[in-house]
Amino acid sequence: MEFVNALVQILDATIRLSTPLLLACLAGLYSERSGVFDIGLEGKMLAAAFAGGAAAAVSGSAWIGLSAAIAASVFFALVHGFASITHRGNQIVSGVAINFIAAGAAVILGQAWFRQGGRTPSLTGDARFNAIDLPFAGALENVPVIGQIWSGLLSGHSILVYFAFAMVPFSWWVLFRTRFGLRLRAVGENPAAVDTAGIGVAWLRYRAVMCTGVLCGVAGAYLSVAQNAGFVKDMTAGRGFIALAALIFAKWKPVPAMFACLLFGFLDAIAIRIQGQALPVIGKVPVQIVQAFPYVLTVILLAGFIGKAIPPKAGGVPYVKER
Amino acid sequence: MATPYAKLPGWIDYGVIPLINLIVAFVVAGLVVVLVGENPLKAAAFMIKGAFGSGEGIGYTLYYATNFIFTGLAVAVAFHCGLFNIGGEGQAYLGGLGVSLVALSFDSSLPWWIVFPLATIGAALTGALWALIPAWLQAKRGSHIVITTIMFNFIAASLMIYLLTNVFKPAGQMAPETRKFVEGGQLPKLDWLLEMFGLTIRSAPFNISFLLALVAAFGVWVLIWRTKLGYEIRTMGFSPTAARYAGINEARVLIITMLVSGALAGMMALNPIMGAQHRMQLDFVTGAGFVGIAVALMGRSHPVGIIPAAVLFGMLYQGGAEIAFEMPNITRDMIVIIQGLAILFAGALENMFRPHVQAAYAIAMGARERSEPAGA
Repeated sequence: MEFVNALVQILDATIRLSTPLLLACLAGLYSERSGVFDIGLEGKMLAAAFAGGAAAAVSGSAWIGLSAAIAASVFFALVHGFASITHRGNQIVSGVAINFIAAGAAVILGQAWFRQGGRTPSLTGDARFNAIDLPFAGALENVPVIGQIWSGLLSGHSILVYFAFAMVPFSWWVLFRTRFGLRLRAVGENPAAVDTAGIGVAWLRYRAVMCTGVLCGVAGAYLSVAQNAGFVKDMTAGRGFIALAALIFAKWKPVPAMFACLLFGFLDAIAIRIQGQALPVIGKVPVQIVQAFPYVLTVILLAGFIGKAIPPKAGGVPYVKER
Repeated sequence: MATPYAKLPGWIDYGVIPLINLIVAFVVAGLVVVLVGENPLKAAAFMIKGAFGSGEGIGYTLYYATNFIFTGLAVAVAFHCGLFNIGGEGQAYLGGLGVSLVALSFDSSLPWWIVFPLATIGAALTGALWALIPAWLQAKRGSHIVITTIMFNFIAASLMIYLLTNVFKPAGQMAPETRKFVEGGQLPKLDWLLEMFGLTIRSAPFNISFLLALVAAFGVWVLIWRTKLGYEIRTMGFSPTAARYAGINEARVLIITMLVSGALAGMMALNPIMGAQHRMQLDFVTGAGFVGIAVALMGRSHPVGIIPAAVLFGMLYQGGAEIAFEMPNITRDMIVIIQGLAILFAGALENMFRPHVQAAYAIAMGARERSEPAGA
């Protein structure tokens, strides 16, 4: 019984820790599938977390916080689009720039507006997305296994968690079952063909980066308005890059992306759990090894030792209409 | 990087356009200053005073610039080969491992002028080693070097935290850092250099690794523009297909370029570790690897551009501290914004103003032709 409890606790933490990764990962999916590489997921998430925390603190409403988060993230997504679609700049360079601008701006504005060392004020009550109890969660609580899974694991998360997991089938449907998705994927593989068919490449890519902006915005809002009660400096802590790693790990597909994010979230949950504890057989595992594991795993995957990750063909290449 | 537009004279391409990009970056940064309710001109005045107003200020400015020359050169060398090495941060961190291993072994038995070259080799080796794996993976397995070097930054951070807390930390000490080096592991300051201009550096840690940075800058110039390898590197950066037709061994050139890049980034560790703190601390790189990206872009990947760009960022680092002291609304994080804006405007949007400059240039040329009739 104790084992089941511990497992449920770890898996519960896994869901909470995977959510921002999943949202950012799905965000990257839209942009990269359309041929725009985005290593600025981290920056957009951070900007959104700050805007969300600040707006929720001022307005007292989590939903206004979420809207501000999405607006900030979409703004940076459009900057990325302006540089890499309109001006055909280097997409990697643009992403790096956005990461820095967002990191600096969040702290500077936070300090100037709230004077709490770059934090935003603590959120309470309706200013935060609170846990939602699924139906019968209370009633089933004491039923073994099923109750633990339903009440302990699946119930009691904020609405953004359910939104994130709902976005997985939705993104699959959009990308693989709609005309927009077909065109979006086509523009990432062969923009010239899309252009020849009379569809604007730039506008399609702009729509893709806006989708990225919206989802990164939700990811950021989740960090500052749902998971934590307010924004703190550098709160994304590399999650944007882990999401990128998960995206590659998932070979740019939505459902594998979810499993990759759950895996990385699980590793994170384990890392927190075993900190300073001695394990049977292996003894004490340094927490740094567990922390570095997602990155090492991604490198091994990229090296082609666990199947090959083939990015969208036109990824990273600005489209020039005519030579 | 290829320019999709018509050719302009060199002084416009390498002088006017980067200057316009830089000015725009600073104007936008100024708007952020306005947004937090301070006067940007006043902020600029405080910054320049803090960075150049005293011998100590200049000492600090050049101390920071030393870091950025190394990391800027590292990024620039990779750029010439068409590679984007975002891993300068991790390579510099690992460079610290090489420096510390040498310094901890020899600081009590050898004088600094023997430890210094040994530590330089150590830093270059560990930095290069950290770049080798991504380079090898790119060359042989086709994994994208941008992603692998980002991953290696995180792996480096975990590895160094582990080493500092479990291996290097002396017993009975709380902070995760090595023991302090004795005399042999301390680099002499360059106080005499500034004293020639009548300045005293006081506590500024401006040290001899600055001269090493200048030597490295010269070395990079020789390598890229005066050797066969440099020619091959540039050919690959300009057109990988042309390089292949010319019979250049791509994998070899790519790996060597990344080794040079990693070694340069690694050598950055000499400056803070042996030159200033005389020990290796957690996170001693403090973003210098990333500043290198901005420096390389602004300096157009040429040592002659990289050195002033590095000094500019040294000024921002040192002057930024002064602003933070005078204006409570502005912290040193302002530098991070400026860095990002510099990367955005000098890098991703480098061609934004080019058509306008070209148009202005064409008008100016046309005007001159009319005023000077043919045959004049």
